[in-house]
Amino acid sequence: MTEHLDQIFVILKQWLVVHSPVALQPAASVLLTVIPILIIFPLLFAVTTVLERKGLARIQNRYGPNRVGPYGFLQPLADALKSLTKEDIVPDAADKAVHFAAPLLLVSAAFLAYAVLPIGRNMVAVNLDGGLLFFFAIGAIPELAIFMAGWSSRNKYSMLGAMRAIAQMISYEVPLILSSIAVVMTAGTLSLVGIVEKQARYSGVLPHWNVLTPWGFAGFLLFMVAAAAEVNRSPFDLPEGESEIIGGYFTEYSGFKFALFFLAEYLEMFAVSGLGITLFLGGWSAPFSFLTWIPSWMWFFLKLLAFIAAFIWVRGTLPRLRMDQLMNMAWKLMLPMSLVVIFAAGLWRFLPEGIVRWTVCAVLIAVAYVLLARAIARGKGISKRVYRFAE
Amino acid sequence: MLGKGVIKGLAETARNFVGSFVDRGRLDGNGITTVQYPEERRALPEATRQFPFLLYDGSDPEAGLRCVSCHICEKECPPRCITIEKSTDKKPDFVGKPQFYPAVFDIDVSVCMSCQICVEVCPFDAIRMDTEFELSTDDRFDGLMWTKEKLAKSNEYFRAIHPTEAAEVDERRAQELVAAEAKAAAKAAQVAAATVGASQ
Repeated sequence: MTEHLDQIFVILKQWLVVHSPVALQPAASVLLTVIPILIIFPLLFAVTTVLERKGLARIQNRYGPNRVGPYGFLQPLADALKSLTKEDIVPDAADKAVHFAAPLLLVSAAFLAYAVLPIGRNMVAVNLDGGLLFFFAIGAIPELAIFMAGWSSRNKYSMLGAMRAIAQMISYEVPLILSSIAVVMTAGTLSLVGIVEKQARYSGVLPHWNVLTPWGFAGFLLFMVAAAAEVNRSPFDLPEGESEIIGGYFTEYSGFKFALFFLAEYLEMFAVSGLGITLFLGGWSAPFSFLTWIPSWMWFFLKLLAFIAAFIWVRGTLPRLRMDQLMNMAWKLMLPMSLVVIFAAGLWRFLPEGIVRWTVCAVLIAVAYVLLARAIARGKGISKRVYRFAE
Repeated sequence: MLGKGVIKGLAETARNFVGSFVDRGRLDGNGITTVQYPEERRALPEATRQFPFLLYDGSDPEAGLRCVSCHICEKECPPRCITIEKSTDKKPDFVGKPQFYPAVFDIDVSVCMSCQICVEVCPFDAIRMDTEFELSTDDRFDGLMWTKEKLAKSNEYFRAIHPTEAAEVDERRAQELVAAEAKAAAKAAQVAAATVGASQ
């Protein structure tokens, strides 16, 4: 029974494919894989927008949206209708073709990333051998799309936002990829399905999740910080920077194209959270061996929801970084730390199992972190700001 | 230590998040923090002002309208949202003096910036600021072009929304009425004396 519940979507798809005409079977198989992804994640986006607004409101001791539908949960529907009926304004001086193509490219790139994410046992659109490589390759497309949006709008603020986005995303891609390399080293495979299967084993009740090792924990934190920056999520939302540069690269977008940017941003967030879950939190595997009766896809989505909650929490807590702080963090702290994590993962691989390798790896990472933090903090005391020209 | 502030901040926001579910006072705070607007309304301050309206005395908006069509407000209005057309005939004002009245008095509230300059310059206490703010309409041209009929509101309404200001205006106008009556009586006496003198 549990086995069937676990595989219910796989069984359903096979049944539907078998019962479709033979000539259409390959097409039916593809469609039945793609369409659920195209439905589930935008729906999750809709739910997330209202949960985010309510969560942020509660953090600020407000009610949040509570007018449309029960407890305001039909708000996304109203928002969607509004964005569909709004006028779509394209600036006169804009490069019309590129201006039109940018949001489409961004959304399609965000969707493509889901192709390799295993969202349950045997539930992955394409089991590529180089799945992680594919994910990061696709993850580089949004940079292009964002720059297209910023450049084609012919607006100072769009341009500034796009330039910030490029600088930020390229800088944070380095620690993002380096911290996932540690996982690839220990798993010995680039396939995301393979990485999850390596972690879905248990010693006693505890699973072999990477996050439960010293290098995995540090790598996980580095990965999530870099991921937040990679998808322009607060506190790294400099490319949007409402208070400074209006809306950044989507200043000149209105109506449904603006909604597409919004959608793409959240889809990227879900995708990169999904990758974080896959690499460090055992993907679809249960956190304890006695909980394996709960279907695998449910575990994936529970973890994803927890990640979304964490992202909302962080957004409600931290103010936006300054550009120099952002760059300092990427190059001075996260890059060396991810190299240390790779080294620790290497040690972990070759040291014998037991308390020794735990201690060695944990001490190595902790010492590196403390030394780096001290070096960065040196001479960074708060002093009176000196204005050279304004006084 | 790097990262301590982040943890502290996260703890603080978590406390607020949980607290807002446990302690209703955080959300409502006796109507200080959040007012659930259409259901709950706070009393407006007396000096609230939105858009101008025209005052009339008595019960007939047409006969009692105080405006004498002097065009001062029209000329002073910074965004020029007022349009006045003077009548050809005259009607008696509150002291009985014949005055022009506006044949047309339009205010385009889509242009009005609620500056109250028309109120300050009016020598006849004929225009005042209204407190009504729920004014949305589905017609952005005619729905926002308010005519004389829509603008005319009674003195009782003015007393209800701005009691202090209304009392002051009423007192001043009562004095003016008394002065006008005394003047009329003196003139009548003078005329009577002149008539008596002429007959002698």
